Amino acid sequence: MKVIVIGQGKPAYFLSKEYLAKGYSVTIINPILEECVRFSKRMNAAVVHGDGSDPRLLKEAGATGADILISALPNDQDNLVACQLASILFEVPRAVALVNDPENEQIFKKLGVTCFSTTQIISRLIAQRASLEEVTNLIPASEGKVNITELVLRSTSPVVGKHLYEIVLPENALVGVIVRDGEPIVPRGPSRLLAGDRLVLITLPENHGPVLSIFTGK
Amino acid sequence: MVKSEALYVVVVGCGRIGSRVANRLSGNGHSVVVIDRREQAFDGLTAEFGGFRIEGNATELSVLKQAKLHQADVCIATTQEDNVNLMVAQVAERVFSVPLVLAQVYDPKRKEVYERLGIRVICPNSIAVESFLDAVERPAMTAEAEPCTP
Repeated sequence: MKVIVIGQGKPAYFLSKEYLAKGYSVTIINPILEECVRFSKRMNAAVVHGDGSDPRLLKEAGATGADILISALPNDQDNLVACQLASILFEVPRAVALVNDPENEQIFKKLGVTCFSTTQIISRLIAQRASLEEVTNLIPASEGKVNITELVLRSTSPVVGKHLYEIVLPENALVGVIVRDGEPIVPRGPSRLLAGDRLVLITLPENHGPVLSIFTGK
Repeated sequence: MVKSEALYVVVVGCGRIGSRVANRLSGNGHSVVVIDRREQAFDGLTAEFGGFRIEGNATELSVLKQAKLHQADVCIATTQEDNVNLMVAQVAERVFSVPLVLAQVYDPKRKEVYERLGIRVICPNSIAVESFLDAVERPAMTAEAEPCTP
């Protein structure tokens, strides 16, 4: 597999390292000369200095014959044009753009460019996970169709002191296990929840939020 | 110029070309909004200009909305950067359905590709080349056809 990474700074560096670790052949197009020197010393990748949205440079970087092109520059317009040129002019089968402004995600899709917005991804993750300090673990299972969440019950939680049968959960949600003082308890209807209990919840993405608020009160 | 009905024109980029285009269109009676990320760029607007100015980055959707691009008859993208112009032009055409969209593009190769995508591109370099060639090869005709002062 041949990958072209257009970008600068850490995003370009770590993306390239990931692909190299997978055994891909990587070419980096970086607009900052000093970084090009550093990148070529540290990585076993071909490094081209310049503007990745310049058709001549894309050609020089071997865009014809590349399997994947990722454009992760700090300006969205440059990523858009680089990806469009890659697919139209060089027929790169997968050209993916990084979107800096989350509002541009929809626009790029409308213009036929595959993209991802790191801001969106991070804010979604934070919303799901870090905003609730009770949540200590969240594992998406079955390609994200199921969430397995571990959370700690605070004394302020509305379910503390309640029996499981008293707690009405949405359909397709389940308390998988209660861990109390390090001991796992298989939950039954009469099990009572106490502050400090660790719960492992099984939810679907669509009922994940409501289930969490039942247990955290937030 | 033939006076037709007044158009609503959004000019993105108030540089040497953008400011002149905005001044002339405004002077000809059209409603013009100019967008530029630098406030100083508006210094290029003359007394002839009676339109609105918006300081902002035209690659941000909110800035284009603020310029009421959805109501525009014409969008002219004429910043220093080809990529900004190409993005703005595509957004104007595909997202805001502006009937006439023109993009200034310096790079001839990019011009070729985006013309294939149906974007109307104006390349100042190509125009200059043509003018030079005309002036050299057909000096008499050029002098008549393109007087220097409007």
